[in-house]
Amino acid sequence: MGCGCKTPEWITGSRFTKAGLIPVVSTELTGKDKRGEIMVRLGIKRMHYTVAPGIYAVGTPGENSDVFVTANYKLTFDMLRGELHGLSAWILVLDTCGINVWCAAGKGTFGTGELIARIAKVRLKEIVSHNRLILPQLGAVGVSAHTVTRETGFKVLYGPVRASDIPAYIADNYQKAPQMREVTFSFSDRLELTPLEIVISLKYCLIAVVLIVVANLLRYQRFDLSLFNGVLPFIGAVLTGAFLVPLLLPLIPFRAFSLKGFALGLAGTIALIVLSRAGLADSIIYLCFLPAISSFFAMNFTGSSTFTSMAGVKLEVGIATPLIIISVAGGVVMELLKTLRVI
Amino acid sequence: MRYAYLKNGESLVIDGNKCTGCGICIDVCPHSVLEITEGKAMIIDKNYCMECGACRLNCPADAIAVNSGVGCAYAVLNGIISGKNASCGCDGDTSGGCC
Ligand code: SF4
Ligand code: SF4
Repeated sequence: MGCGCKTPEWITGSRFTKAGLIPVVSTELTGKDKRGEIMVRLGIKRMHYTVAPGIYAVGTPGENSDVFVTANYKLTFDMLRGELHGLSAWILVLDTCGINVWCAAGKGTFGTGELIARIAKVRLKEIVSHNRLILPQLGAVGVSAHTVTRETGFKVLYGPVRASDIPAYIADNYQKAPQMREVTFSFSDRLELTPLEIVISLKYCLIAVVLIVVANLLRYQRFDLSLFNGVLPFIGAVLTGAFLVPLLLPLIPFRAFSLKGFALGLAGTIALIVLSRAGLADSIIYLCFLPAISSFFAMNFTGSSTFTSMAGVKLEVGIATPLIIISVAGGVVMELLKTLRVI
Repeated sequence: MRYAYLKNGESLVIDGNKCTGCGICIDVCPHSVLEITEGKAMIIDKNYCMECGACRLNCPADAIAVNSGVGCAYAVLNGIISGKNASCGCDGDTSGGCC
Protein backbone atom coordinates (compact mmCIF):
# COMPACT_ATOMS: atom_id res chain seq x y z
CA MET A 1 0.00 0.00 0.00
CA GLY A 2 3.00 2.20 0.34
CA CYS A 3 1.85 3.71 3.61
CA GLY A 4 3.85 1.35 5.75
CA CYS A 5 0.73 0.04 7.46
CA LYS A 6 0.58 -3.69 7.88
CA THR A 7 -2.36 -5.78 6.75
CA PRO A 8 -4.89 -6.20 9.57
CA GLU A 9 -4.83 -9.74 11.02
CA TRP A 10 -8.52 -10.30 10.21
CA ILE A 11 -7.64 -10.40 6.52
CA THR A 12 -6.84 -14.05 5.86
CA GLY A 13 -6.23 -14.19 2.14
CA SER A 14 -7.46 -12.89 -1.16
CA ARG A 15 -9.83 -13.91 -3.89
CA PHE A 16 -9.22 -13.43 -7.58
CA THR A 17 -11.99 -11.76 -9.60
CA LYS A 18 -12.35 -9.89 -12.88
CA ALA A 19 -12.05 -6.70 -10.86
CA GLY A 20 -8.76 -7.78 -9.29
CA LEU A 21 -7.75 -9.35 -5.99
CA ILE A 22 -10.26 -8.94 -3.18
CA PRO A 23 -9.26 -9.44 0.46
CA VAL A 24 -10.91 -12.35 2.26
CA VAL A 25 -11.83 -11.63 5.88
CA SER A 26 -12.26 -13.99 8.80
CA THR A 27 -15.72 -14.54 10.30
CA GLU A 28 -14.22 -15.38 13.67
CA LEU A 29 -13.71 -12.43 15.98
CA THR A 30 -10.44 -12.56 17.86
CA GLY A 31 -9.60 -11.39 21.35
CA LYS A 32 -8.15 -8.29 19.81
CA ASP A 33 -11.42 -7.49 18.01
CA LYS A 34 -13.32 -7.92 21.26
CA ARG A 35 -10.89 -5.78 23.24
CA GLY A 36 -11.34 -3.14 20.56
CA GLU A 37 -15.08 -3.27 21.09
CA ILE A 38 -14.71 -2.76 24.84
CA MET A 39 -12.41 0.21 24.29
CA VAL A 40 -14.87 1.74 21.87
CA ARG A 41 -17.82 1.23 24.21
CA LEU A 42 -15.84 2.99 26.92
CA GLY A 43 -15.15 5.86 24.56
CA ILE A 44 -11.39 5.36 24.71
CA LYS A 45 -10.63 4.64 21.06
CA ARG A 46 -13.82 5.86 19.46
CA MET A 47 -12.25 7.92 16.74
CA HIS A 48 -10.60 6.22 13.82
CA TYR A 49 -11.90 2.77 14.71
CA THR A 50 -12.33 2.11 11.03
CA VAL A 51 -11.77 -0.33 8.20
CA ALA A 52 -10.80 0.83 4.73
CA PRO A 53 -13.84 1.33 2.47
CA GLY A 54 -14.04 -1.08 -0.46
CA ILE A 55 -15.02 -4.66 -1.14
CA TYR A 56 -14.18 -7.73 0.95
CA ALA A 57 -15.01 -11.43 0.73
CA VAL A 58 -16.07 -13.99 3.34
CA GLY A 59 -15.80 -17.69 2.54
CA THR A 60 -15.36 -18.43 -1.16
CA PRO A 61 -17.89 -16.19 -2.92
CA GLY A 62 -18.52 -16.27 -6.65
CA GLU A 63 -20.50 -14.17 -9.09
CA ASN A 64 -23.84 -15.33 -7.73
CA SER A 65 -23.03 -14.62 -4.09
CA ASP A 66 -24.86 -11.98 -2.06
CA VAL A 67 -23.44 -8.53 -1.52
CA PHE A 68 -23.90 -7.05 1.96
CA VAL A 69 -23.42 -3.32 2.28
CA THR A 70 -22.18 -1.80 5.53
CA ALA A 71 -20.39 1.15 7.16
CA ASN A 72 -16.64 1.46 7.71
CA TYR A 73 -17.00 1.62 11.50
CA LYS A 74 -15.04 -1.44 12.61
CA LEU A 75 -17.59 -2.43 15.24
CA THR A 76 -20.35 -2.55 12.61
CA PHE A 77 -18.11 -4.39 10.16
CA ASP A 78 -17.11 -6.93 12.84
CA MET A 79 -20.72 -7.59 13.78
CA LEU A 80 -21.59 -8.27 10.15
CA ARG A 81 -18.66 -10.56 9.34
CA GLY A 82 -19.26 -12.47 12.60
CA GLU A 83 -22.82 -13.24 11.47
CA LEU A 84 -21.70 -14.41 8.03
CA HIS A 85 -19.85 -17.38 9.51
CA GLY A 86 -20.14 -20.41 7.23
CA LEU A 87 -21.47 -18.36 4.32
CA SER A 88 -19.80 -17.13 1.17
CA ALA A 89 -20.61 -13.53 0.39
CA TRP A 90 -19.20 -10.13 -0.54
CA ILE A 91 -19.13 -7.19 1.85
CA LEU A 92 -19.22 -3.71 0.33
CA VAL A 93 -17.95 -1.19 2.87
CA LEU A 94 -19.00 2.43 2.36
CA ASP A 95 -16.97 5.37 3.61
CA THR A 96 -18.97 6.70 6.54
CA CYS A 97 -16.06 8.37 8.35
CA GLY A 98 -16.00 5.50 10.83
CA ILE A 99 -19.57 6.02 12.00
CA ASN A 100 -22.22 3.31 12.39
CA VAL A 101 -24.94 2.77 9.79
CA TRP A 102 -27.78 4.58 11.49
CA CYS A 103 -25.94 7.70 12.52
CA ALA A 104 -24.13 7.82 9.20
CA ALA A 105 -27.42 7.41 7.33
CA GLY A 106 -28.87 10.27 9.39
CA LYS A 107 -25.97 12.45 8.29
CA GLY A 108 -26.17 11.19 4.72
CA THR A 109 -22.65 9.70 4.62
CA PHE A 110 -24.18 6.23 4.44
CA GLY A 111 -26.10 7.58 1.50
CA THR A 112 -27.29 7.27 -2.06
CA GLY A 113 -24.33 9.16 -3.54
CA GLU A 114 -21.65 7.20 -1.65
CA LEU A 115 -23.28 3.87 -2.53
CA ILE A 116 -23.51 4.71 -6.22
CA ALA A 117 -19.90 5.91 -6.28
CA ARG A 118 -18.61 2.88 -4.34
CA ILE A 119 -20.35 0.43 -6.70
CA ALA A 120 -18.48 2.00 -9.61
CA LYS A 121 -15.19 2.30 -7.74
CA VAL A 122 -14.95 -1.39 -6.77
CA ARG A 123 -16.28 -2.41 -10.22
CA LEU A 124 -19.06 -4.45 -8.62
CA LYS A 125 -20.57 -5.29 -12.00
CA GLU A 126 -17.43 -7.27 -12.85
CA ILE A 127 -17.51 -9.12 -9.54
CA VAL A 128 -21.13 -10.29 -9.49
CA SER A 129 -23.47 -11.21 -12.31
CA HIS A 130 -26.72 -10.57 -10.39
CA ASN A 131 -28.10 -7.19 -9.34
CA ARG A 132 -29.04 -7.55 -5.68
CA LEU A 133 -27.57 -5.58 -2.81
CA ILE A 134 -28.53 -6.27 0.79
CA LEU A 135 -28.45 -3.18 2.98
CA PRO A 136 -29.17 -2.96 6.68
CA GLN A 137 -32.67 -1.57 6.99
CA LEU A 138 -31.54 1.46 8.99
CA GLY A 139 -29.49 2.50 5.97
CA ALA A 140 -32.82 3.52 4.41
CA VAL A 141 -32.58 6.75 6.39
CA GLY A 142 -29.78 7.80 4.02
CA VAL A 143 -30.26 5.69 0.90
CA SER A 144 -32.97 6.09 -1.69
CA ALA A 145 -33.34 2.57 -3.11
CA HIS A 146 -35.10 3.53 -6.34
CA THR A 147 -32.47 6.19 -7.08
CA VAL A 148 -29.68 3.61 -6.68
CA THR A 149 -31.52 1.26 -9.05
CA ARG A 150 -32.04 4.01 -11.60
CA GLU A 151 -28.37 5.03 -11.52
CA THR A 152 -26.64 1.65 -11.25
CA GLY A 153 -29.13 -1.09 -12.13
CA PHE A 154 -28.62 -2.66 -8.69
CA LYS A 155 -31.74 -3.45 -6.71
CA VAL A 156 -31.63 -2.67 -2.99
CA LEU A 157 -33.06 -5.18 -0.53
CA TYR A 158 -33.38 -3.88 3.00
CA GLY A 159 -32.37 -6.70 5.30
CA PRO A 160 -32.90 -6.94 9.04
CA VAL A 161 -32.11 -4.08 11.42
CA ARG A 162 -29.80 -6.31 13.50
CA ALA A 163 -26.94 -8.27 11.97
CA SER A 164 -27.79 -11.17 14.29
CA ASP A 165 -31.01 -11.76 12.29
CA ILE A 166 -29.12 -12.17 8.99
CA PRO A 167 -28.77 -15.99 9.13
CA ALA A 168 -32.52 -16.37 9.79
CA TYR A 169 -33.30 -13.84 7.06
CA ILE A 170 -31.25 -15.77 4.50
CA ALA A 171 -32.61 -19.14 5.65
CA ASP A 172 -36.12 -17.78 5.18
CA ASN A 173 -35.40 -16.88 1.55
CA TYR A 174 -34.77 -13.16 2.20
CA GLN A 175 -38.07 -12.71 4.01
CA LYS A 176 -38.00 -10.29 6.89
CA ALA A 177 -40.13 -11.27 9.88
CA PRO A 178 -41.89 -8.17 11.28
CA GLN A 179 -39.78 -8.12 14.44
CA MET A 180 -36.61 -7.94 12.30
CA ARG A 181 -37.84 -4.53 11.16
CA GLU A 182 -38.34 -3.05 14.61
CA VAL A 183 -35.72 -0.98 16.32
CA THR A 184 -35.73 -1.95 19.96
CA PHE A 185 -34.37 -0.14 22.96
CA SER A 186 -34.28 -2.85 25.56
CA PHE A 187 -32.62 -2.79 28.95
CA SER A 188 -29.47 -4.41 27.53
CA ASP A 189 -29.41 -2.02 24.55
CA ARG A 190 -29.49 0.86 27.01
CA LEU A 191 -26.98 -0.73 29.38
CA GLU A 192 -24.52 -1.06 26.50
CA LEU A 193 -24.71 2.68 25.84
CA THR A 194 -24.28 3.95 29.38
CA PRO A 195 -20.49 3.44 29.82
CA LEU A 196 -19.95 5.88 26.99
CA GLU A 197 -22.38 8.38 28.54
CA ILE A 198 -20.44 8.16 31.78
CA VAL A 199 -17.02 8.51 30.18
CA ILE A 200 -18.23 11.54 28.27
CA SER A 201 -19.62 13.10 31.43
CA LEU A 202 -16.30 12.46 33.25
CA LYS A 203 -14.73 15.39 31.47
CA TYR A 204 -17.35 17.79 32.79
CA CYS A 205 -17.18 16.10 36.18
CA LEU A 206 -13.47 16.74 36.54
CA ILE A 207 -13.89 20.45 35.77
CA ALA A 208 -16.78 20.71 38.21
CA VAL A 209 -14.95 18.81 40.96
CA VAL A 210 -12.02 21.22 40.64
CA LEU A 211 -14.44 24.16 40.91
CA ILE A 212 -16.09 22.66 43.99
CA VAL A 213 -12.73 22.08 45.68
CA VAL A 214 -11.59 25.64 44.91
CA ALA A 215 -14.86 27.04 46.26
CA ASN A 216 -14.48 24.98 49.43
CA LEU A 217 -10.89 26.14 49.82
CA LEU A 218 -12.00 29.77 49.62
CA ARG A 219 -14.78 29.15 52.10
CA TYR A 220 -13.08 27.03 54.77
CA GLN A 221 -9.51 28.16 54.15
CA ARG A 222 -8.08 24.90 55.42
CA PHE A 223 -6.77 21.73 53.88
CA ASP A 224 -8.79 18.77 55.05
CA LEU A 225 -11.66 16.57 53.96
CA SER A 226 -14.07 19.52 53.98
CA LEU A 227 -12.54 20.45 50.63
CA PHE A 228 -14.55 17.62 49.14
CA ASN A 229 -17.89 18.77 50.54
CA GLY A 230 -20.45 18.55 47.81
CA VAL A 231 -18.39 16.33 45.49
CA LEU A 232 -20.34 13.16 46.22
CA PRO A 233 -23.79 14.74 45.76
CA PHE A 234 -22.55 16.19 42.48
CA ILE A 235 -21.29 12.84 41.19
CA GLY A 236 -24.55 11.26 42.33
CA ALA A 237 -26.50 13.80 40.29
CA VAL A 238 -24.40 13.13 37.18
CA LEU A 239 -24.77 9.36 37.51
CA THR A 240 -28.51 9.76 38.03
CA GLY A 241 -28.78 11.56 34.70
CA ALA A 242 -26.23 9.61 32.67
CA PHE A 243 -26.75 6.12 34.09
CA LEU A 244 -29.96 5.65 36.10
CA VAL A 245 -32.26 7.54 33.75
CA PRO A 246 -31.15 5.56 30.66
CA LEU A 247 -31.52 2.27 32.54
CA LEU A 248 -34.90 3.05 34.08
CA LEU A 249 -36.13 4.99 31.04
CA PRO A 250 -39.55 3.38 30.51
CA LEU A 251 -40.28 3.29 34.24
CA ILE A 252 -39.91 7.03 34.81
CA PRO A 253 -42.98 9.11 33.94
CA PHE A 254 -42.89 12.00 31.40
CA ARG A 255 -41.90 11.91 27.74
CA ALA A 256 -39.20 14.59 27.89
CA PHE A 257 -35.83 13.18 28.94
CA SER A 258 -35.00 16.40 30.83
CA LEU A 259 -38.14 15.95 32.94
CA LYS A 260 -37.29 12.31 33.60
CA GLY A 261 -33.83 13.42 34.75
CA PHE A 262 -35.29 16.22 36.85
CA ALA A 263 -37.80 13.91 38.54
CA LEU A 264 -35.24 11.25 39.41
CA GLY A 265 -32.71 13.91 40.46
CA LEU A 266 -35.30 15.57 42.69
CA ALA A 267 -36.15 12.26 44.35
CA GLY A 268 -32.46 11.63 45.01
CA THR A 269 -31.94 15.16 46.33
CA ILE A 270 -34.84 14.89 48.76
CA ALA A 271 -33.47 11.57 49.99
CA LEU A 272 -30.06 13.20 50.44
CA ILE A 273 -31.52 16.14 52.39
CA VAL A 274 -33.50 13.87 54.69
CA LEU A 275 -30.67 11.38 55.28
CA SER A 276 -27.97 14.00 55.83
CA ARG A 277 -30.28 16.24 57.89
CA ALA A 278 -29.10 19.18 55.81
CA GLY A 279 -29.90 22.70 57.05
CA LEU A 280 -32.16 25.07 55.12
CA ALA A 281 -29.41 26.86 53.18
CA ASP A 282 -27.71 23.61 52.16
CA SER A 283 -31.04 22.10 51.20
CA ILE A 284 -31.80 25.00 48.89
CA ILE A 285 -28.34 24.74 47.35
CA TYR A 286 -28.80 21.02 46.74
CA LEU A 287 -32.22 21.62 45.21
CA CYS A 288 -30.85 24.29 42.87
CA PHE A 289 -27.89 22.25 41.64
CA LEU A 290 -28.62 18.55 41.71
CA PRO A 291 -31.94 18.01 39.86
CA ALA A 292 -30.79 20.47 37.16
CA ILE A 293 -27.55 18.53 36.65
CA SER A 294 -29.40 15.20 36.40
CA SER A 295 -31.82 16.81 33.99
CA PHE A 296 -29.02 18.00 31.69
CA PHE A 297 -27.28 14.65 31.50
CA ALA A 298 -30.57 12.81 30.96
CA MET A 299 -31.41 15.20 28.12
CA ASN A 300 -28.13 14.34 26.44
CA PHE A 301 -29.23 10.73 26.25
CA THR A 302 -31.76 11.66 23.53
CA GLY A 303 -28.89 11.30 21.05
CA SER A 304 -28.39 7.67 21.99
CA SER A 305 -32.06 6.79 22.03
CA THR A 306 -33.82 5.29 19.06
CA PHE A 307 -37.15 7.04 18.98
CA THR A 308 -36.76 10.80 19.46
CA SER A 309 -37.69 13.17 16.65
CA MET A 310 -35.64 16.28 15.98
CA ALA A 311 -38.71 18.51 16.40
CA GLY A 312 -39.31 17.06 19.86
CA VAL A 313 -35.67 17.40 20.93
CA LYS A 314 -35.62 21.01 19.74
CA LEU A 315 -38.70 21.73 21.83
CA GLU A 316 -37.23 20.03 24.87
CA VAL A 317 -33.79 21.65 24.57
CA GLY A 318 -35.37 25.06 24.01
CA ILE A 319 -37.39 24.91 27.22
CA ALA A 320 -35.11 22.91 29.50
CA THR A 321 -31.74 24.55 28.82
CA PRO A 322 -32.65 28.06 30.09
CA LEU A 323 -34.34 26.55 33.17
CA ILE A 324 -31.28 24.42 33.92
CA ILE A 325 -29.02 27.47 33.58
CA ILE A 326 -31.26 29.55 35.87
CA SER A 327 -31.38 26.79 38.46
CA VAL A 328 -27.61 26.31 38.48
CA ALA A 329 -27.05 30.08 38.57
CA GLY A 330 -29.40 30.25 41.58
CA GLY A 331 -27.26 27.61 43.26
CA VAL A 332 -24.09 29.57 42.55
CA VAL A 333 -25.64 32.73 44.07
CA MET A 334 -26.67 30.78 47.17
CA GLU A 335 -23.15 29.38 47.51
CA LEU A 336 -21.69 32.88 47.28
CA LEU A 337 -24.09 34.20 49.91
CA LYS A 338 -23.18 31.29 52.14
CA THR A 339 -19.46 31.84 51.64
CA LEU A 340 -19.85 35.52 52.49
CA ARG A 341 -21.80 34.39 55.55
CA VAL A 342 -24.90 36.33 54.54
CA ILE A 343 -27.02 33.25 55.20
CA MET B 1 -41.63 -2.07 24.54
CA ARG B 2 -42.35 0.93 22.34
CA TYR B 3 -41.70 4.50 23.34
CA ALA B 4 -43.53 7.68 22.48
CA TYR B 5 -41.86 11.08 22.54
CA LEU B 6 -42.66 14.77 22.20
CA LYS B 7 -43.91 15.99 18.81
CA ASN B 8 -43.20 12.59 17.26
CA GLY B 9 -44.61 12.23 13.78
CA GLU B 10 -46.24 15.66 13.72
CA SER B 11 -44.85 16.50 10.30
CA LEU B 12 -45.58 13.11 8.70
CA VAL B 13 -48.12 13.32 5.85
CA ILE B 14 -49.01 10.79 3.15
CA ASP B 15 -50.56 11.93 -0.09
CA GLY B 16 -53.17 9.27 -0.77
CA ASN B 17 -53.53 10.41 -4.38
CA LYS B 18 -49.89 9.71 -5.19
CA CYS B 19 -49.51 6.51 -3.13
CA THR B 20 -49.53 3.33 -5.21
CA GLY B 21 -49.62 0.99 -2.23
CA CYS B 22 -46.24 -0.58 -3.07
CA GLY B 23 -45.44 -1.13 0.62
CA ILE B 24 -41.81 0.01 0.53
CA CYS B 25 -42.41 2.58 3.27
CA ILE B 26 -43.63 -0.20 5.55
CA ASP B 27 -40.51 -2.24 4.84
CA VAL B 28 -38.14 0.57 5.86
CA CYS B 29 -39.98 2.00 8.89
CA PRO B 30 -38.20 0.97 12.11
CA HIS B 31 -41.19 1.69 14.33
CA SER B 32 -44.15 0.13 12.46
CA VAL B 33 -45.82 3.49 12.06
CA LEU B 34 -47.41 2.68 8.71
CA GLU B 35 -49.71 0.04 7.28
CA ILE B 36 -51.38 -0.61 3.93
CA THR B 37 -55.13 -0.25 4.17
CA GLU B 38 -57.29 -0.62 1.06
CA GLY B 39 -54.27 -0.33 -1.21
CA LYS B 40 -52.89 2.86 0.35
CA ALA B 41 -50.28 3.54 3.01
CA MET B 42 -51.90 4.81 6.21
CA ILE B 43 -50.40 6.21 9.40
CA ILE B 44 -51.46 3.95 12.23
CA ASP B 45 -49.66 5.61 15.12
CA LYS B 46 -47.85 8.92 14.75
CA ASN B 47 -46.59 8.82 18.32
CA TYR B 48 -43.97 6.25 17.45
CA CYS B 49 -42.67 8.06 14.35
CA MET B 50 -39.22 9.47 15.07
CA GLU B 51 -39.23 11.42 11.81
CA CYS B 52 -36.18 9.58 10.48
CA GLY B 53 -37.25 10.15 6.88
CA ALA B 54 -36.54 6.61 5.60
CA CYS B 55 -40.09 6.26 4.24
CA ARG B 56 -39.96 9.60 2.42
CA LEU B 57 -36.55 8.92 0.88
CA ASN B 58 -37.58 5.47 -0.36
CA CYS B 59 -41.09 6.18 -1.60
CA PRO B 60 -40.88 5.80 -5.39
CA ALA B 61 -44.08 7.81 -5.85
CA ASP B 62 -42.89 10.76 -3.77
CA ALA B 63 -46.08 10.46 -1.74
CA ILE B 64 -44.62 11.09 1.73
CA ALA B 65 -43.59 14.34 3.39
CA VAL B 66 -41.80 14.52 6.76
CA ASN B 67 -39.30 16.94 8.31
CA SER B 68 -36.46 14.66 9.23
CA GLY B 69 -33.36 15.36 11.29
CA VAL B 70 -31.24 14.11 14.15
CA GLY B 71 -33.13 13.74 17.42
CA CYS B 72 -30.15 14.47 19.61
CA ALA B 73 -29.88 17.19 22.26
CA TYR B 74 -26.13 17.50 21.78
CA ALA B 75 -26.56 18.14 18.06
CA VAL B 76 -29.39 20.60 18.66
CA LEU B 77 -27.37 22.51 21.29
CA ASN B 78 -24.39 22.51 18.94
CA GLY B 79 -26.62 23.95 16.24
CA ILE B 80 -27.85 26.71 18.55
CA ILE B 81 -24.35 27.62 19.74
CA SER B 82 -22.76 27.60 16.29
CA GLY B 83 -25.80 29.16 14.64
CA LYS B 84 -25.96 26.37 12.08
CA ASN B 85 -28.26 23.44 11.51
CA ALA B 86 -28.30 20.73 14.12
CA SER B 87 -25.47 18.39 13.26
CA CYS B 88 -22.75 16.39 14.84
CA GLY B 89 -20.23 16.36 12.00
CA CYS B 90 -17.77 13.67 11.06
CA ASP B 91 -15.02 15.05 13.25
CA GLY B 92 -14.93 16.02 16.92
CA ASP B 93 -17.32 13.19 17.59
CA THR B 94 -17.66 13.52 21.34
CA SER B 95 -21.34 13.21 22.12
CA GLY B 96 -23.34 10.19 23.20
CA GLY B 97 -23.76 6.85 21.44
CA CYS B 98 -25.10 8.10 18.16
CA CYS B 99 -24.21 11.54 16.94
S1 SF4 C 1 -43.71 3.83 -0.48
FE1 SF4 C 1 -44.96 5.52 -1.22
S2 SF4 C 1 -46.17 4.65 -2.87
FE2 SF4 C 1 -45.33 2.92 -1.72
S3 SF4 C 1 -46.93 2.44 -0.21
FE3 SF4 C 1 -45.53 3.86 0.79
S4 SF4 C 1 -46.43 5.87 0.42
FE4 SF4 C 1 -47.39 4.48 -1.01
S1 SF4 D 1 -40.20 8.94 9.28
FE1 SF4 D 1 -39.21 7.05 9.94
S2 SF4 D 1 -40.33 6.46 11.80
FE2 SF4 D 1 -41.60 7.95 10.74
S3 SF4 D 1 -42.97 6.73 9.47
FE3 SF4 D 1 -41.22 7.28 8.18
S4 SF4 D 1 -39.83 5.57 8.40
FE4 SF4 D 1 -41.31 5.39 10.09
